[in-house]
Amino acid sequence: MSETTNMASTVAGNGAAPAEDPITIAGRTMRSRLLLGTGGFPSLELLSAAIAAAGSELVTVALRRIDPAARGSLVDVLSDAGVELLPNTAGCFTARDAVLTAKLAREAFETNWVKLEVIGDEDTLLPDAPELLRAAEELVDDGFVVLPYTSDDPVLARRLQDIGCPAVMPLGSPIGSGMGIRNPYNIALIREAVEVPVVLDAGVGTASDAALAMELGCDAVMAASAISRAQDPVRMARAMRAAVQAGRLARGAGRIPRRLYATASTPDEGLPDFGPS
Amino acid sequence: MIVLNGESFDVHPGETVTAVLDRLGVSPHARGVAVAVDGEVVPRACWELFALAEDARVEVLTAMQGG
Repeated sequence: MSETTNMASTVAGNGAAPAEDPITIAGRTMRSRLLLGTGGFPSLELLSAAIAAAGSELVTVALRRIDPAARGSLVDVLSDAGVELLPNTAGCFTARDAVLTAKLAREAFETNWVKLEVIGDEDTLLPDAPELLRAAEELVDDGFVVLPYTSDDPVLARRLQDIGCPAVMPLGSPIGSGMGIRNPYNIALIREAVEVPVVLDAGVGTASDAALAMELGCDAVMAASAISRAQDPVRMARAMRAAVQAGRLARGAGRIPRRLYATASTPDEGLPDFGPS
Repeated sequence: MIVLNGESFDVHPGETVTAVLDRLGVSPHARGVAVAVDGEVVPRACWELFALAEDARVEVLTAMQGG
């Protein structure tokens, strides 16, 4: 009993409630550790409601050919939601295309932030490491705040940090796969390998994946399809928000070690002897 | 004739980016719009004066849900 009490007081003493536990990336401080991708929402109304439910302050947008007949403005919806935009370079397969897309996004959205994606394979959408490094270097030199979507590779993550990326965004599993974190050991190693914030990106399928990411030491989670393609996106947004907070708290609380055998949580002392049966 | 977002598009000699955007119904002040010509960014401040050459490859882009 005393052990339980002590643990509780220690946690309370450490004290910050999730809402008072902000994250800072490249000088921008956010209360929410859940980044939201806007892809896949069936309507702008649903996107707007999901942003509110997720509490996200930074959301991704893509850049595509304009459709003059399109109804509703995504930019207006996001502006009304009060979120900051994080343009991505989704669909780029070369450093050249990604750099050009980032520069166009800077023009369009008046932000020098970019979620840098340089894809190497159409089926897996896994990053192309050499092209990613090349693009990251060029964009950092050009004054961009580069958040790179990267493999779950601690060495590559460190290279990206050393180039000047103020955060790294390793994948848990392929984009949109919902397969969760397939190599939690590598995500934990990335946390140790870099000092910049680690944002788990891609592969999140449900709330427990987001909680695991935070328990592994990630500083934030990015979710898109897991929310937008859920049967009830707004409810899933709420679940992700709670999961990120729960995982963050659990990480700070310090989990017990895994053991093969049981360790009694109830003491043997004072165990009555009821005599032979 | 230019190639606008992948399709042939007739332009008058000396027609500017702003003029073409106007024909698309896109205001030069519209938020979230960017233009590339022949693989180079054309900053918004240059749209008014940037005349499109014959066969120019023009991309007019805007925010789309993604990521």
